[in-house]
Amino acid sequence: MSRQYETVIGLEVHVELASKTKIFCGCSTAFGGAPNTHTCPVCTGMPGSLPVLNRQVVEYALAVGLATNCGINQYCKFDRKNYFYPDNPQNYQISQLYLPICHDGWVEIETAAGTKKVRIHEIHMEEDAGKLIHDEWEDVSLVDYNRSGVPLIEIVSEPDMRSADEVIAYLEKLRLIIQYLGASDCKLQEGSMRADVNLSVREVGTEAFGTRTEMKNLNSFKAIARAIEGERERQIELLEEGKKVIQETRRWDDNKESSHAMRSKEDAQDYRYFPDPDLVPVWIDDEWIERVKAKQPEMCTEKMARYQSEYALPEYDAQILTGSKHLADLFEETVAICGQPKEVSNWLMTDAMRLLKERGQEVESLNFSPENLAKLINLIHNNTINRTVARGVFEAVFTDDVDPEQYVEEKGLKVVNDEDALKKKIEEIIAANPQSVADYKAGKQKAMGFIVGQTMRAMKGKADPAVVNALVKEILEA
Amino acid sequence: MANIIDDETIEYVGILAKLELSAEEKEAAKKDMGRMLDYIDKLNELDTTGVEPMSHVFPVTNVFREDVVTNGDGSSDTLANAPQMKEQAFKVPKTIG
Repeated sequence: MSRQYETVIGLEVHVELASKTKIFCGCSTAFGGAPNTHTCPVCTGMPGSLPVLNRQVVEYALAVGLATNCGINQYCKFDRKNYFYPDNPQNYQISQLYLPICHDGWVEIETAAGTKKVRIHEIHMEEDAGKLIHDEWEDVSLVDYNRSGVPLIEIVSEPDMRSADEVIAYLEKLRLIIQYLGASDCKLQEGSMRADVNLSVREVGTEAFGTRTEMKNLNSFKAIARAIEGERERQIELLEEGKKVIQETRRWDDNKESSHAMRSKEDAQDYRYFPDPDLVPVWIDDEWIERVKAKQPEMCTEKMARYQSEYALPEYDAQILTGSKHLADLFEETVAICGQPKEVSNWLMTDAMRLLKERGQEVESLNFSPENLAKLINLIHNNTINRTVARGVFEAVFTDDVDPEQYVEEKGLKVVNDEDALKKKIEEIIAANPQSVADYKAGKQKAMGFIVGQTMRAMKGKADPAVVNALVKEILEA
Repeated sequence: MANIIDDETIEYVGILAKLELSAEEKEAAKKDMGRMLDYIDKLNELDTTGVEPMSHVFPVTNVFREDVVTNGDGSSDTLANAPQMKEQAFKVPKTIG
């Protein structure tokens, strides 16, 4: 390939808001209810039903807009987007086209290529659709309307991203901001955060954008990265062969690692938007904006600075811990119980991260209580258990959220502080290893480590290594 | 009538609205739509400089609901409308999004 191509990417990110009820009715938004239990005439589009806007939805959308440097359309309203699909019982989706709540914002992202601003074109409020489940036995689809009417915000970026790295950084930044605000849990797997990728390629140096495609069905960061790579290659190949990219919506199949066209421009997406007459406009006065601003929680950057000043943590620790709202909460709650911020940070950053990685889990799935981590740290602090044992106990806390005090008691893991018993054991080991003793006396320090190790093993790790060390030295040098 | 709706347009609008129209219905609809557009043209003759676009017929804003769950299990009423049902869900022809 002689020509150099640049990838141009814009994102449409849908986020399910954390409100308890749907956007226009008093049905629950809880995830995972039996099919169609969270439904009523409003969210199933029955004639004559009247939608009424959930105030909390406006509040969340406003909070996200302010945190992403957006301007606010103080006068905003809802429009109907008309289309027929089984997941959409009204035959229209209530959304915002003409006056979306937020516009012209930006977030800053950081990648290996440096720091950069990604502009946000707009953020609008809308309702989610129902869920289609494809039946395993019959050639039919089953529709569950529990999700129909769940509030969403759609965050539309400008085409400012140039690589999969930048896209992931942008999504992670949005997720972090939204999680900190408590506006959504942003779980890609459960679909509470979804991204559609608009991608085109152009030759380096050209100004005009190429023809773009939109890719859907991306439910993990890895899938997004793979889809971007795949689509970039597909488009470049077309251009190299002298063919044209067709503007179309494509569905990514992460198992096959390829995409296929869903609908092309021929069966036009003519949504015939018009103002929804059932809903009156929203007027957001300055006072409301100020109130939401005043309620904005401490964001990532501020928290990072505070962790360094208040808890004297290294920058690296502060950065990792504040990289997830969940992790930061767990850290702060644990420190509030047992103090020792650096110790708490070490457990979360090393052992917890290692176990998450081994088990292929995300930080969000950490579900042990701060109380139990604090108890474990206190057991180490007052020398009830040693560090080797503590790592095993931590694993039990991590997996089953066990009570460490009880666990240590039941498993008999307390440190053995009986010096006489220890001495006896060390003498036995020394007697059994004359070569090591001779080596030590000949100046090989390593030989002592061997004796210590053997002793720890004989004590099943329950001895205090510092005590064993001192005793071995004392006996060897006697 | 100044606005003439051609066959192609009426066909397209029919597809968008999921309506199958007979030849007679199409002719009637073409006439109706032409008259509607004439009326819009008439409205467009008005000078609306300085007039705020109207977004709702009532001068009302901010009708809200508090975020409190008020509805219980609505599945039996909802599913009463299902022509076909399976596993508490509406059964529809296979649809892939």
